[in-house]
Amino acid sequence: MCRLFAMTSAEPLSPMRAIHALNVMKEGHDGSGVGLYLSGLSGPFAENPDYPVLSGIFTEQGLARLDAIMSGLGFLTKYSLAVTPRHKPPVGTPLRGTYLARVYQPPAGWAGLSAEEREVQLVSTRVAIREEGQKTGDMMVFSFWPDVVMIKEVGDPIEIADYLGLDRPELAARRILAQGRQNTNYAINLYACHPFFIQGIATMTNGENTAFVPIREYLQSRRIPGYMGYQSDSEVFTHIMHFSHYKLKLPLVAYKHVITPLSEAELAEHPDRALLTRIKTVCRKMIIDGPNCVIGCLPDGTMFLVQDRKKLRPGVVGGRPGVFAFSSEICGLNAAIPDRDPSRDFQPMYLDTAYVRPDCREVTLCSQNQQLPPQH
Amino acid sequence: MQPKPAITPSTLSVKDLPWQIDWDIQTCTLCGRCTAVCPVSAIELAVHRKRVVDATAGLKAKPSNVHTVYYGIRQRTDPAYACIDCAMCNMVCPNNSIEPRRQGEATTLRFHNNRGGQARTRGGRRNNPESLLDQIKFIRISMLTDPALDAGRHEFELRTLLGRIQPPEEGLKAFHDEAWVPPVREIYPLVIGSMSFGALSPNMWEGLQMGVAYLNEEMGMPVRMCTGEGGCPPRLLRSRFLKYVILQIASGYFGWDEIIHAIPEMKEDPCAVEIKYGQGAKPGDGGLLMWYKVNKLIAAIRGVPPGVSLPSPPTHQTKYSIEEAVAKMIQSMSMAWGFRVPVYPKISGTTTAMAVLNNLVRNPYAAGLAIDGEDGGTGAAYNVSMNHMGHPIASNLRDCYLTLAEQGRQNEIPLMAGGGIGKNGNLAHNAAALIMLGASVIQSGKYIMQATAGCLGSEVDRCNICNIGQCPKGITSQDPRLYRRLDPEQVAERLVDVYLSFDTELKKIFAPLGRSTSLPIGMSDALGINNSDVAERLKIRYVV
Repeated sequence: MCRLFAMTSAEPLSPMRAIHALNVMKEGHDGSGVGLYLSGLSGPFAENPDYPVLSGIFTEQGLARLDAIMSGLGFLTKYSLAVTPRHKPPVGTPLRGTYLARVYQPPAGWAGLSAEEREVQLVSTRVAIREEGQKTGDMMVFSFWPDVVMIKEVGDPIEIADYLGLDRPELAARRILAQGRQNTNYAINLYACHPFFIQGIATMTNGENTAFVPIREYLQSRRIPGYMGYQSDSEVFTHIMHFSHYKLKLPLVAYKHVITPLSEAELAEHPDRALLTRIKTVCRKMIIDGPNCVIGCLPDGTMFLVQDRKKLRPGVVGGRPGVFAFSSEICGLNAAIPDRDPSRDFQPMYLDTAYVRPDCREVTLCSQNQQLPPQH
Repeated sequence: MQPKPAITPSTLSVKDLPWQIDWDIQTCTLCGRCTAVCPVSAIELAVHRKRVVDATAGLKAKPSNVHTVYYGIRQRTDPAYACIDCAMCNMVCPNNSIEPRRQGEATTLRFHNNRGGQARTRGGRRNNPESLLDQIKFIRISMLTDPALDAGRHEFELRTLLGRIQPPEEGLKAFHDEAWVPPVREIYPLVIGSMSFGALSPNMWEGLQMGVAYLNEEMGMPVRMCTGEGGCPPRLLRSRFLKYVILQIASGYFGWDEIIHAIPEMKEDPCAVEIKYGQGAKPGDGGLLMWYKVNKLIAAIRGVPPGVSLPSPPTHQTKYSIEEAVAKMIQSMSMAWGFRVPVYPKISGTTTAMAVLNNLVRNPYAAGLAIDGEDGGTGAAYNVSMNHMGHPIASNLRDCYLTLAEQGRQNEIPLMAGGGIGKNGNLAHNAAALIMLGASVIQSGKYIMQATAGCLGSEVDRCNICNIGQCPKGITSQDPRLYRRLDPEQVAERLVDVYLSFDTELKKIFAPLGRSTSLPIGMSDALGINNSDVAERLKIRYVV
């Protein structure tokens, strides 16, 4: 079982806050991977907030290939944070090369594109570089999106943070998702490290998805760029959220109705019975199963947590106006935000969606039994 | 051997028959019940001659023969009267003095059951106990990281959808536009397969219907039953229970005059309409209700004269091609109920199933596809059709599911699988395996007959006389003297027992796999088999 920790704050925070929180939950992860999603960036990354940031790991040859590809496409480097550790990596962590977060100025031709078209271009560019990198193993790309940096590596979170120097001020962010991985069924693969990212949406999950294979088959058959990889059974949660958000244009609180719909008896009493029955019918192939706590972040900066239908995994949200955290365990929350009112902590149950808007003023709770917000 | 035997080519000895009657003279009370009950008159009361040596004590008088008689049972050896192993003789015997015994090596009868040039017809199924489904194991057991669920206490959503399911984008758009959406029913995944009123006795049909109503209304299980091609009793058509019924139309259109005329008076829509193009037991051949069973009641419901055989043509005669048949019939049937009732075709397992499926994918009114594998049962068919025609269900279903998955349509056309499900008693296992291979709905007829009414048919040619109306249990007979043996209340009770235990077993399979929120349709990673060729063919794991 992995451990998850996410923070959303009005002011930029060092990712080390999240790494330390993972460290106090160390009993729950085995150091087989750590993943970070950083958004609401500050410093040099905030200077051009609309420019996409490419995050990934590159060998020396990979860097050269990346430069060739990006300049060929017309991208210009505006800022680059490249970490190339020269000292010995922690035990179990391979020596890979350069960990890169680079801000690009899009090609001149993009000026006339709509926001939607630019998003599609960003996804397909990331996918193309990832596929190119998989041929030779010299490039790994985790995200290519404005105001998003992602870091993934195999190893213990604290040791990796020390190794990569994650306490540097450039990485301070308002929204942080962090996962300490407990490798279970699958081979250790960096692409299997959470969080997963597609088109501004990032999610990470604690637990296994027993309905993985049919859901993967279904998502792959949607023929949507970026629905690929699936080195982890949890990647489907990100893609289902993407499908629900972009393709079905459903609000955040409807995500829970897609992945764990209400029973017929519960629906019979529901004010949105007709719509929810429809969602349950047409989205049946995206119903998840197994013990899962999903924490994620939407393109507008809203951070959320949902549980599986039986609430088989731990998950708690708490904090104070200005900073809130979602954590697998309360000890993680205590480590990150000690000066909060713990009596206001909330552990979302099987019907709940808990979320914090980017203004970080409060935790909003929504039960599946409640009416959905008006549809547009 | 008969007295004064005439030795003809078809003269058989008891040794030539697959079942032989063991009769115990010591315990027989000569009550005659066995001979009265035998549905094929395989045994008869007989007077046997006997010789006793009368030897007195002493040397003067020589021993002599005394000829006398005794009364008992004789097994007839005429092929037309061969014992069928129903063992009713034993069931009625007060002293267990008589029973049939199988003699596996006897084959001669097989060469002589076509007298008068009549090829053998029978009921039952393929007479092959082998089952590929039985060999499939559920291997993905939840351990530690995703703990197994509790089949007894956790909530399980054992429901499936019958009806055309639109892609999510299209389905939600239709909702917001208040446009027509294809009708979809949420039902229990095990459907009672099509067995017609006529093939089944009135008591059997009534018992099943009562059981279905009880399961729905008292147990909250949305179980559905398909009528088969034989119409539907007029009172049921006009009752609220019609919503639990899937009406079948096939190439004989039997009973459809009555159904169409009842539409204006229907209180409820039927669950669905099944258009039968083929049947697993006799692929490419039409239905057959032999004249023995067409009494006045059956004739009235079907709209035919009594006492004539009712063969359905192999194909729908008014149609020219599959495209036309499927499109027009589905549309006509949908239109009859104002596009509120799912309409789907049922075909035999065949290599051409994919062509049918691809056709249905393009038809927005098609509500599903039912495929009946080679092991399906029937009330009457030619022996050769049953034994040798058709396609196994497992690979046929799997191919169809994977074809849909490739096109991204696996959520749209529910696949219904039938044919030999639970043939060796493993109903829940077989159903779960097919669901994980890609079936949304499982259809079973024979198991239901065996479990609810004690049908004696087995996979070794036992009984199998459903076609001639002599069913010793009264299940497939139209003779009141026979079907009064079957109490409809008890059939209903057994049906409820079957469904409740099936439900428990299904949970006992799904819980260790960590599945409960939805039916694990297509969860092929849970399946394994110790045959690498089969594993490769079905795209499941090879395990040893």
